[in-house]
Amino acid sequence: MSKSQDLVTQVLEIVGDRAEAGVYDRTGTSALTRFANSFIHQNVSDDVADVHLTISLGGKVASGSTTSVSPEGLGSLVERTITSASDQSTDETFPGFGGPVDSPKVDLFDEATAAADPAARAEVVKTFVDAGKGLLAAGMCETMAFHDAYANTSGRRIHGRSTKAILDGIHQTSTTAGSGHSAGRGLGDIAAQSAGEQASARARMGEQPFDTKPGQYEVVLAPEAMATIAEFLSAYGFNGKAYNEGQSFVNLGESRFDESIQLFDDIFESRAMGMPFDAEGTPRARLDLIVDGSTPSLVHDRRSGLVAESQTTGHAALAGESWSGEPATRNLFIGDGELSEDALIAQVERGIYVATFNYCRVLDPKTVVVTGLTRNGTFMIENGVITGAVTNLRFTQSFIDALGQGNVGGVGRNGRFANAESEPGVVHAPSAHLRSWNFTGGAAG
Amino acid sequence: MFDRAEVAVQAAVDSGASYSDARAMITRSETIRVQNQKLDTLDVNESVGVGVRALIGSSWGFASTGNLSNAGLAACGREATSIAKASAIVAGPTLDFGSVPVVEASWETPHLENPFDVSTTEKVDMLVDVTRTMQSVAGIDIANSELGGFDTNKWFVSSHGHRIHQHIVEAGGYYSALAIGEHESQIRSYPQSFGHYETGGYEAIRKWNYPEHALRIAEEAVALLTAPIMEERETSLVLESSQVALQIHESVGHAIELDRILGWEAAFAGTSHLQLDKLGTHRYGSELMNITADATIPGALGSFGYDDEGSPAQCVDIVKDGIWVGVLSGRDSAAVAGLPSGGMVRGDGYSRIPMVRMTNVGLLPGEGTLDDIIADTDDGVYMGTNRSWSIDDKRLNFQFGCEIGYEVKNGSLGRMVKNPTYTGITPHFWGSLDRLAGESEWTHWGIPNCGKGQPVQVGHTGHSASPARFTNVRVGVKG
Repeated sequence: MSKSQDLVTQVLEIVGDRAEAGVYDRTGTSALTRFANSFIHQNVSDDVADVHLTISLGGKVASGSTTSVSPEGLGSLVERTITSASDQSTDETFPGFGGPVDSPKVDLFDEATAAADPAARAEVVKTFVDAGKGLLAAGMCETMAFHDAYANTSGRRIHGRSTKAILDGIHQTSTTAGSGHSAGRGLGDIAAQSAGEQASARARMGEQPFDTKPGQYEVVLAPEAMATIAEFLSAYGFNGKAYNEGQSFVNLGESRFDESIQLFDDIFESRAMGMPFDAEGTPRARLDLIVDGSTPSLVHDRRSGLVAESQTTGHAALAGESWSGEPATRNLFIGDGELSEDALIAQVERGIYVATFNYCRVLDPKTVVVTGLTRNGTFMIENGVITGAVTNLRFTQSFIDALGQGNVGGVGRNGRFANAESEPGVVHAPSAHLRSWNFTGGAAG
Repeated sequence: MFDRAEVAVQAAVDSGASYSDARAMITRSETIRVQNQKLDTLDVNESVGVGVRALIGSSWGFASTGNLSNAGLAACGREATSIAKASAIVAGPTLDFGSVPVVEASWETPHLENPFDVSTTEKVDMLVDVTRTMQSVAGIDIANSELGGFDTNKWFVSSHGHRIHQHIVEAGGYYSALAIGEHESQIRSYPQSFGHYETGGYEAIRKWNYPEHALRIAEEAVALLTAPIMEERETSLVLESSQVALQIHESVGHAIELDRILGWEAAFAGTSHLQLDKLGTHRYGSELMNITADATIPGALGSFGYDDEGSPAQCVDIVKDGIWVGVLSGRDSAAVAGLPSGGMVRGDGYSRIPMVRMTNVGLLPGEGTLDDIIADTDDGVYMGTNRSWSIDDKRLNFQFGCEIGYEVKNGSLGRMVKNPTYTGITPHFWGSLDRLAGESEWTHWGIPNCGKGQPVQVGHTGHSASPARFTNVRVGVKG
């Protein structure tokens, strides 16, 4: 039995028969090595223990959490959560706790990554830094190893473990920057040399950028930018709570997107990372969100599923995994296409290549009109080849329309876990050629 | 808890650290959310642990643990040193850490009524009440309300001899009314859209009189659905004070963080358009622009007694008569730049490394009132309450959207307009500041959700502001 399984069992024993309860624990290590100006300047390790408890007293519901996993700390968590619940009125939309389930047959854990020491991360950083001789490097290398467990008073017991490793960095000249990225289940999956070389090449290509006039352009978006689009569509559209509230653009079954676009959430995909169950202990399963451009499904936790007269899809979010605890995807894949990135660029007569977006914010949730900027690699494409760097551009663009029918010129075959707007390692995306993109401002405003 | 922090510090020093400090922390937080008169979230959290920094040469290590046994704390201290040694594999230039006075002290947020001493029932009843009022307006689909509180005890110990205990109390909240149309949604919020927080007790919530504004907020949200869209043009822009506060946060507060200026945040949060060799000469804005970073303002969200390096809270000039004169800094960043430490380093809980953070970065007031500014504007637009915010990695090119706008014609507010946005370039925009309301409308706004760092830390920052006018601003940007 893992420490995590032991902790959730302890908490249920303290609750006893006083209440219905569900408890989730995450125990493990999160370590992150940051570098800037080509040296390591911040290097941290967190000994994670985080217990989340939900109590129901006949439908009077409260939740709480603690990082104190001593008997006293767990006892305090239980007592204050029961006290909070006892003061409340009955929550008629509380979906209750789920019954027994089988544990998913998936183990996305790499022993070497769990045992990785700070020196191992420092060596990854050194490789990235050294790939950009004469440039200034900045970024981070992160490793995580967690054992999670969930148990409730309805007999559900589920546990799992996962590891994740991420390298994300830039190389900089005196005037420009270019980014490189790599993520995988284990530190051994990190391609530090090629990520460093990509960042270096983008930075050097970006020198002497010129201002280009804002307006409608064809674009080739690299995986980071496509991952951000997928993340926003998921959070504002496929989010079952937003749908229930009438805030989503989704009409189930409607063909809203180009038929070349496939979007799905799948812990069983061979490259997936993370836990095979959600914050309510529901096993995850593949969920298709866009199939040949149509939208057959939504993402639900138990509450949003109940409100929608549907059921949970295993997407209840842990604290910090989504805004205000709304249901969220954690293994989102944009289906790969058949073209190389060079082939996508070759299709463009005059357009812009975008490595990453920066600081994207939604202007209207229902239309997913988003403003943001380009960053770490913005290049002019003319007659099918990159001809030079342009200064960063601001866009104001509906992400629905961006992937709309007829606007997708092609999808790349270069999918990988990319660094989306909110976090790296949760969206797997390829590059894509989009026929129209609305740039609304340049470096000068 | 001092003793526990000292165990960790001693272990770090014994294993080779030239300097070490530790924060033992107990943080309680409470979130209560109500949607459409029903309790949605009642969440009480407690975080207990110790975070240790260790310095070897120019290399830092940081480790944290919730295991408060002597063995657990000593292991955490040794881990911090081990990490610092690993950092030396890719080492930087020699670091002069700077010196600050060694302090033994205690400090507490002035407060009357700890938010955790107010009954949950009273809080929930008030939140239910405001959502009921909002829902009484036809056309309101979703009425949300939320209160939050933080109670933090922090014991700071350093190998130089610091022993500082602080008890910091924070409270705040907000509510919003959402009207959903066929192809759009419109929202209005109070006091501001992502919550307004202060240091202080529950009195910081009571004084905003939540119920009084609920009906107006809901009526405005519904009216926005049928209001015309703001026309795209260049004109005079009048901002209400909470939007001025966010403008300060994004286009001044982050830009003056010394770690960003030095490139330490280049890959994630970004850098800054500011260059240190221009400190004291760079024109940031018009002569009306006077900005301070003041961690001593009673009640403001960015106030404290000592920062997380043991430096006392300070008030530092940032922009004086439009000229950039100061930065936000900590001991190591200030030492690298050859400046005195500003005492502005804080960490988000025990498990996060302290880093340069905004305190209360505020715009000092001018004269007159918002009404005076409107009366003095022949042609322009007025915008209130932030709805979206985006700015580039150098804090130069920004675009903000607000919840509500009005045309300004011949000295009066005209038609309500929806989807108001404006865009600009930081020094041009601040250079166009030509009217600034006075102290009677100067508000210490508090932003509770400032993200920075990796792993991401959520900071609590304050921004004092009064309504202001900017000329020749591009408004009404559309997608």
